[in-house]
Amino acid sequence: MTAYIVPALILFIAAFGAYKRTDIYAALTEGARAGMKVCASIFPAVLIMLTAISMVRASGAIETLAGVCAPLLRRIGIPEECLPLVLLRPFSGSGALSVGSEVIRDAGADSLTGRIAAVMLGSSETSFYTIAVYSAYLKLKDTGCTLKAAMLADAAAFIMSGVAVRLLMK
Amino acid sequence: MLMSVVICVLMAAAFIFGAANGRMEAVSAASVSGAAEAVALLLRIGGNICLWSALMEVMQRSGLAAAVARLLSPLIKIIFGGYAEDAEAREAISQNMAANLLGLGSAATPAGLRAAARLSELSRRRGEKPHGAYLLIALNTASVQLLPTTVAAVRSGLGSAAPYDILPAVWLTSAVSAAAAVLAVKAFRGAEKR
Repeated sequence: MTAYIVPALILFIAAFGAYKRTDIYAALTEGARAGMKVCASIFPAVLIMLTAISMVRASGAIETLAGVCAPLLRRIGIPEECLPLVLLRPFSGSGALSVGSEVIRDAGADSLTGRIAAVMLGSSETSFYTIAVYSAYLKLKDTGCTLKAAMLADAAAFIMSGVAVRLLMK
Repeated sequence: MLMSVVICVLMAAAFIFGAANGRMEAVSAASVSGAAEAVALLLRIGGNICLWSALMEVMQRSGLAAAVARLLSPLIKIIFGGYAEDAEAREAISQNMAANLLGLGSAATPAGLRAAARLSELSRRRGEKPHGAYLLIALNTASVQLLPTTVAAVRSGLGSAAPYDILPAVWLTSAVSAAAAVLAVKAFRGAEKR
């Protein structure tokens, strides 16, 4: 069933555009150009973060840390390979993307761990960055409960990733 | 600044643990391969980022994104309560939510900032803490995305047979996390009142 979602959505977007007499081809090429700018703008951060992360991984630090946290993580159904992703996700979008793709590559894209890492990546946000942007714009002196709420939401997303993958995927 | 601290901690951890575990050779090699890996990652996912950026441009130009925003207004009334009575706030919130749902990151932030400014203005007039803005910020930190195209691109690049088969799990997880964000803000507000 999930195989139908994306082709149907693409068809719907195109059909709606044609119905509204939008110049679809011009919009597509213009949008793709904007996508190239996105790639260019995330590349420096991905490069720095992937270099740092692969050095940390090679040093064995993650195994040490994961060894400490593994019993707790196992209890809530999160594979210990996902620990670096959990730690980095609130700080850095490109960093999380880099670490997440390493986890998915090492565990296998269609493995349980690979899927949980993918769901974590797809259902959480760079919380600290988001709070920083909004509070800077609003000149908020007090971010109130947003940080606590965001951390709770992230924790819910991480725990739920393990539950949802086991529940919804064979 | 935060990211500078993160990077310093990572570099220090790599050096200290590399020395302690006798794996400095591997750490040294990783500094080269990590950079090459970054280029490979971008090549794997870059095409799909451009493709969805293109489709999203069509959604915006055809008015589809605006139509989705209109569909969201009942949900906004439930989440934002009294704040949703203000038409300007409601419109900006719905644009922000629609853009997030559709994965239009670059459109979500401007609408979100406009909504947050309006919401905190409403609170200021009533002499209250900006709880409406807190709600909006919390919702934006718990991304609810219908189509995580970047993650799908990563999975496809790494040999997944069906990169989008994670969709139902992503939806369930996002919904739970967004609900947690909203309930947390409301609960903290309730605790303050007492």
